[in-house]
Amino acid sequence: MSNGQVIAAKSANIGWEQRKRKFLPYAYLSPTLILLAVLTVVPIVTVFLYSLFDNVIVNPNPPEFVGLENYEEVLTHRKFRAAVSNTLYFALASVIVHFLIGLSFALLLNSKLLGANVKAFFRVIYILPWVFTASIIAILWRLLMNPHGVINFVLLEIGAIPELLEWLSDRKLAIHSVTFINIWSGYPFYLVSFLAGLQGIPDDLYEAGRVDGGNAWQLFWHITLPQLRPIIISLALLDFIWTIHQFTLVWMTTGGGRNTEVLSTYTYKAAFSSYEYSEASATAMVILAICTLVAIFYVRSQRMTDE
Amino acid sequence: MIGSRRQILVRKILVWIALILGACFAGLPVLWMVSSSFKSNLEIFAYPPALIDESFSFQAYEAVLSDPGQLRFFFNSYLVAILVTICTVVTSILAGYSLSRYDFPFKKVLSLIIIGVQSVPPITLMIPYFGLIVWLGIYNSYAALVLTYMVFTLSYAIIMMTGYFNTLPRDLDEAVMIDGGGSFVTLWRILVPISLPGIVAVGVYTFMLAWNEFLFALTLTRTNDMRTVPIGIHLLMGQHSFEWNQMLALSVLGSLPVLILFLLFQRYFIAGMSAGSVKG
Repeated sequence: MSNGQVIAAKSANIGWEQRKRKFLPYAYLSPTLILLAVLTVVPIVTVFLYSLFDNVIVNPNPPEFVGLENYEEVLTHRKFRAAVSNTLYFALASVIVHFLIGLSFALLLNSKLLGANVKAFFRVIYILPWVFTASIIAILWRLLMNPHGVINFVLLEIGAIPELLEWLSDRKLAIHSVTFINIWSGYPFYLVSFLAGLQGIPDDLYEAGRVDGGNAWQLFWHITLPQLRPIIISLALLDFIWTIHQFTLVWMTTGGGRNTEVLSTYTYKAAFSSYEYSEASATAMVILAICTLVAIFYVRSQRMTDE
Repeated sequence: MIGSRRQILVRKILVWIALILGACFAGLPVLWMVSSSFKSNLEIFAYPPALIDESFSFQAYEAVLSDPGQLRFFFNSYLVAILVTICTVVTSILAGYSLSRYDFPFKKVLSLIIIGVQSVPPITLMIPYFGLIVWLGIYNSYAALVLTYMVFTLSYAIIMMTGYFNTLPRDLDEAVMIDGGGSFVTLWRILVPISLPGIVAVGVYTFMLAWNEFLFALTLTRTNDMRTVPIGIHLLMGQHSFEWNQMLALSVLGSLPVLILFLLFQRYFIAGMSAGSVKG
C-alpha cells in the first residue's frame, strides 16, 4: 500500500468515525423516541383532532369538522364547571396540606433530640402510605370511613360527632373525604424530598444564625425555608400535576358521584359511559392544557435552580 | 443559649408526642387494614370494633391463595412489572448516556419533550389509546401493558439516569476510549457497573409504578387471565356481596412485593427519587 492510500484510508475512516459520532446519540435515544412518538405523540395529535370533529369513533355517520364547537359546548356545561372547581379544590388542598405535613414530619425526623435508630424506625412508618397503590388505598379508606367503620365509632365515642356520618356518600362531605384520602397517600413524597433537602443545608448557616441571636423560629423562617425554596416550588408544581392526573382514587372511592366529579372522572365517563367521544376529547385537551401550563412553570423553576 | 436540662427534657417529651401522633396518622390505617384481613367477613364492622377478635383466622388468605384466578393476577403483575423494569432500565441507560455524554442538534428540544411527557395526563391519552393498541394488534396482551408502562416510567427514569451519569467524571470514559474501546463498551464496562445505585433506584421506581397501575390495566385487558392485582381488587369490589376480608387479604398480599422492595432498597430509592425531583 502506498503512503497516499494509507492516508486516504485513514481519512475515510475518520470521516466514518465522525459520522458515527454524530449519529450515535440519536441511536442511543431511538428506542425512547420511537416509543414516545407512537404511544404519546400519536394519541395526543389524535385526541386533538377528535376534539375538533363530531361523530368520531364507532359512529355510523362520517366525521364532521366542527372547529371549536366541542370546546364551547364543554366549557359552558354546568357539570364540567363543577368538575373544574372540584379538581381545583382537590389539587390545591392536597398540595398545601401535603406540604405542611411533609415539612412537619421531615423537621421532626431531623430533630437532634432523637437517636438514629428511632429516626430510621419512624421514617419507615411515616413513608408507609406511599407503598400502597391507589386501588388499595381506596379499599382501606372505604373500610375506615364506612358508616359502621372505626372512624365513626371513635369520633362518636369521644363526642366529636353527634351521629354516624356518611363520609363518602354525603354530598357535602364526600369531596373533603376524598381529598383527605389523597392527602394521606401523597405526603410521603414531600417528606422524603424535604429530608434530603434538610440534610443538604450546611450547619454553618445555623451556627451563624445562632451567633446573631436568632431563636428557633427565626432560624426556621430565615434559613430553613429559604434553603428549601427550590425543592418546595418543584414539589408543589409536580404534585399539582399529579393530583390533576389522579383518577383511580376518586373512581374507586366515590366513582365521581356525590359531588366529587373531577376532570379525569368526568372525561372517563363522557368517553366510556356516554360515548360522547368528541366532548370527552375536548375535556381531555383542557386537562392537558392545564397540566402543560403548570409544567412550563416547573421547567422554568428548574432552570432557575440550575443556573 | 443551650437550655437547661429541664427544658431539654420538656422538648424531648414534646417531640416524642408529635412523633407518636404522626405515626398514628400514618400507621394506624394500615394496621387496621391488616388486622381486618384476619377477621371473618361478618366481624369486619362489628360493634364495638376490636383490633383482634375471636374470629381471627387465615381463612381469607387461604381463600385468595387457593384461587387459581387470584394467583393468575399475581403472576401477571409480577411478569408485567419485571418485564417493564428490565425494558425501562435498559432504555433509560441508553438514553441517559446519550443526554449526559453527547452534544448534538435538537438535544434541548428532545430532552424537553422527554421531561414533558411526565405532565401528560393519562386520561388525555386514554381515548385514542384503545384504538391505537387494537390497531397495533396487541390488545389484551402483556405487550400492551409493558409498552404502556414504559411510556409512563421512561421519562422519570431517564431524568434520574442522566442525573446519575452527570455526577460521574468524563475522564473515566475518555480513558477507555483512548484504549480503543467504543462508546458502547465504555457504557457497558465502565459506567453501568459504577452506576448500580442509580440503576437500582430506577428499577425500584419502575417496578412500583408498573405493579400499581390501574387505569390502563383496566382498559387494555379484556379477559381475566391478562389482568393484574389492582384490577383483581376492583373486580372483587364489583361483586354483589362485599367479601371485605378477602379484598383486604388480597390488598395486603398485593402490597407486600412493593413493601419488601422498598424496605430493601430505601436508601438508594430515596436518594434517587429526591435527586430526580429536586434536580429534574
